[in-house]
Amino acid sequence: MLRYATRRFLGALPTLFILIALAFFLIRVAPGGPFDSEKALLPEVEANLRAAYNLDEPLHQQFARYVWGLAQADFGPSFQYRDYTVTELIMTGFPVSLRLGGMAITLALLVGVTAGSLAALRQNTRTDYAVMSASMTGISIPNFVMAPLLILIFAVYLGWLPAGGLGDGSPRNMVLPVIALALPQIAYISRLTRGSMIEVLRSNFIRTARAQGLPMHKIVLRHALKPALLPVVSYLGPATAAVITGSVVIEQIFGVPGLGRFFVQGALNRDYTLVMGVVVFYGVLIIAFNLLVDLAYAWLDPKVKYS
Amino acid sequence: MSLLEVRNLHVRFDTADGEVHAVRNLSFELDRGETLGVVGESGSGKSQTVLSLIGLLADNGRASGSAMFDGQDLFNLSPGALRSIRGRRISMIFQDPMTSLNPYLTVAEQMVQVVREHDRMTRRAARDRCLEMLEAVKIPDAAERLDCYPHELSGGMRQRVMIAASLLLDPQILVADEPTTALDVTVQAQILELMKDLNRRLGTAIILITHDLGVIAGLCERVIVMHDGELKEQGNVRDVFYRPRHSYTKALLKAVPRLDAEQVERLAPAADSSLLSVDGLKVHFPVRTGGWLGEKRPLRAVDGVNLDLRSGETLGIVGESGCGKSTLARAILRLVPTTAGNVCLLGQSMGDLDKRALREMRRDAQVIFQDPLASLNPRMTVGNIVSEPLRTHFPELGADEVRTRVADVLRRVGLSGRELNRYPHEFSGGQCQRIGIARALVLKPKVIICDEPVSALDVSIQAQIVNLLMDLQAEFGLALIFIAHDLAVVRHISHRIMVMYLGRIMEVASRKALYETPHHPYTRALISAVPIPDPDKERDRDRELLPGDLPSPVDPPSGCRFRTRCRFAQDRCRTEAPQLRQLTDSLVACHRAGEAVLV
Ligand code: SF4
Repeated sequence: MLRYATRRFLGALPTLFILIALAFFLIRVAPGGPFDSEKALLPEVEANLRAAYNLDEPLHQQFARYVWGLAQADFGPSFQYRDYTVTELIMTGFPVSLRLGGMAITLALLVGVTAGSLAALRQNTRTDYAVMSASMTGISIPNFVMAPLLILIFAVYLGWLPAGGLGDGSPRNMVLPVIALALPQIAYISRLTRGSMIEVLRSNFIRTARAQGLPMHKIVLRHALKPALLPVVSYLGPATAAVITGSVVIEQIFGVPGLGRFFVQGALNRDYTLVMGVVVFYGVLIIAFNLLVDLAYAWLDPKVKYS
Repeated sequence: MSLLEVRNLHVRFDTADGEVHAVRNLSFELDRGETLGVVGESGSGKSQTVLSLIGLLADNGRASGSAMFDGQDLFNLSPGALRSIRGRRISMIFQDPMTSLNPYLTVAEQMVQVVREHDRMTRRAARDRCLEMLEAVKIPDAAERLDCYPHELSGGMRQRVMIAASLLLDPQILVADEPTTALDVTVQAQILELMKDLNRRLGTAIILITHDLGVIAGLCERVIVMHDGELKEQGNVRDVFYRPRHSYTKALLKAVPRLDAEQVERLAPAADSSLLSVDGLKVHFPVRTGGWLGEKRPLRAVDGVNLDLRSGETLGIVGESGCGKSTLARAILRLVPTTAGNVCLLGQSMGDLDKRALREMRRDAQVIFQDPLASLNPRMTVGNIVSEPLRTHFPELGADEVRTRVADVLRRVGLSGRELNRYPHEFSGGQCQRIGIARALVLKPKVIICDEPVSALDVSIQAQIVNLLMDLQAEFGLALIFIAHDLAVVRHISHRIMVMYLGRIMEVASRKALYETPHHPYTRALISAVPIPDPDKERDRDRELLPGDLPSPVDPPSGCRFRTRCRFAQDRCRTEAPQLRQLTDSLVACHRAGEAVLV
């Protein structure tokens, strides 16, 4: 198990390297630079600044320096927030994003699995149709449309919840962003659960369980849920990636000071190191999470054993 | 009063094509402790009958009539009351033990919950009860098996677990729906023996649903014969087998290939040159052991096989699943890569051939597969399916010529010749197999390899197909390799028979010699495991029950492959692999064959 995890992680290093290289060169190709601002800097000042941040070196040398830094867990200094290192910035933003994303995924799992299972058990009834059309809507409306709609309805018209920011830090502030972030995932997960649950309920071992006189709710909970959840577990990898991408937009719209916001600001200001830092950080996170998902899968499915 | 009394049972299904009657006006009774056999071919309604009794019909099914069980009408019970009968007083086991057990739960988990659903008891006590039951169904190392997952058990072991789970609450009726159909014949013998024993010891009444008359003959006291949803005949097992009254029963009994049938002398083919010879053939597949990313090791599917086939001859190859018989067929045709050895067809070694020459060669050696429908392309018309080999091998033929030849060959296999523009799904299983035979025959090959050609078909259809193959052989002087797990069918069609076990040949002999004086302990066990559809004979036989299961072909036993299940094994059998040697009329690979103990 441990050997498997290590091997998987080493196997992911090339992927990570390509990711770093892509991020590094792409952002440099983008027009503009970190020291462009309304007020043009004196050429000497700018030259000094560039030298201070090693931007005057040839590109490959900069790249080597950056990778070397990363290997020592050093993301470098931020170009924009000059008093902070990128590591410090990530550490301020990430806890906020983690809370947001974690709650969104948990909510998506709870609601998605329940709704999907219900739809499967009541296949081709009104419950089923309701769940399925709701989730179709959830999938087809992009979050940058859904979020403002939610704000309009619940914050502006009904006034039940705050429209944005973290305010005094009360949980009320998180409700709308979490929902906006979770909705598409709820939709996906409920469709996924419904499909696999229907298939599992048709299998022979369910017939056996019925022949043994178990009541339906026990059959679902003890016999069907585990196998029906396997596809959902595999989907958790992509789901995390989707939630991270989504959080970039959602944090911006709701003014949540998370990592996504830093990323957007960084990109706008050509804060090379900050953008790359976030990319690399999320890259590692997604790789690690996918590994976790695979291990969870092995734990759920006795036929899969990693050695 | 009977334990179960079914009156005027009707089962209907609402389908897109309207109402389908699966069971019509069926009445029967079952006494306490009785063994009742329900026999019929696929679609006879035999499974739906029992599923309807315990309320497990598919959603679109409806049952009417009455079913009095111990004073209650099963059709008038509330779902809760019915549930408390299911599993507790009437329990059921199904055909395929792999899919009928939950692959995600351990044996203990699935068994314990059944006990605790119906009886108030602690987890500990329930577990003890399960252990007791596993021991009662003779599972070796039962305590360890409790915490296994189904995939860690062999097929026979899984069926034992199913039986144990169904007997946990001491039910009055055990319904077994084709309980041994998915199992190998030696394992089937073990399971049937077990069920007989349980019926005697516990007094559980058994309803055995099967298509296999031999199984019924050995186990049941009374028989119901069903056909097309109707009861054709019912009665005491002896009456039904020896004095059948209904024409359907008579036809069924006549169609079954039986081991005890008189040997109709099959004229041996002229012993001229050999048409096909196989020398030292090995096929090893690399498989991963120990799961994903595990070590790769060879699975020795075929491990050193020699054979000869003369023109006009039928060579039967028998063995249980995993013995390598199908792989051998594919390797002979070079459909799988061989690891070692040589195949000669018409004196030409197939190993030296390039792609084109190989294709030429394939004209002379054709194959028929097991699943008739799956081996025909569903998107092609019958005309195209049968003419395809003609068009590839003889592109110069005109369309009219192709058409006549295809129609001819279709007529020859017993179809009308007018099926050219129809699609495979419009035909029954037997007809599809005829189409498959026509496709193989259209090139006028010298050899046809039949890989389990009839095992997916109903008994009466099986007989037709086997007879067709024999006729065609006589007419065209075909050589056949006939691979099957059913010893009775093989006996019917073959001149010579080869017995395989774990990739090796155990015995080769003429049909007469093999069935009358089998020398190899495995051959003997195999033959004695085949049930005979004759109640008296079947009950009087001395069974040589083979213990245990087939070892893994990745890790075959050293020396003699069969030694782990052989009663006669000695030290020598562990160290030294027996070679095939001549013994009267047979070739036998056993150190002790011919010794007095074995006779
Ligand atoms: S060689 Fe030995 S183990 Fe093998 S079949 Fe003969 S007696 Fe049995």
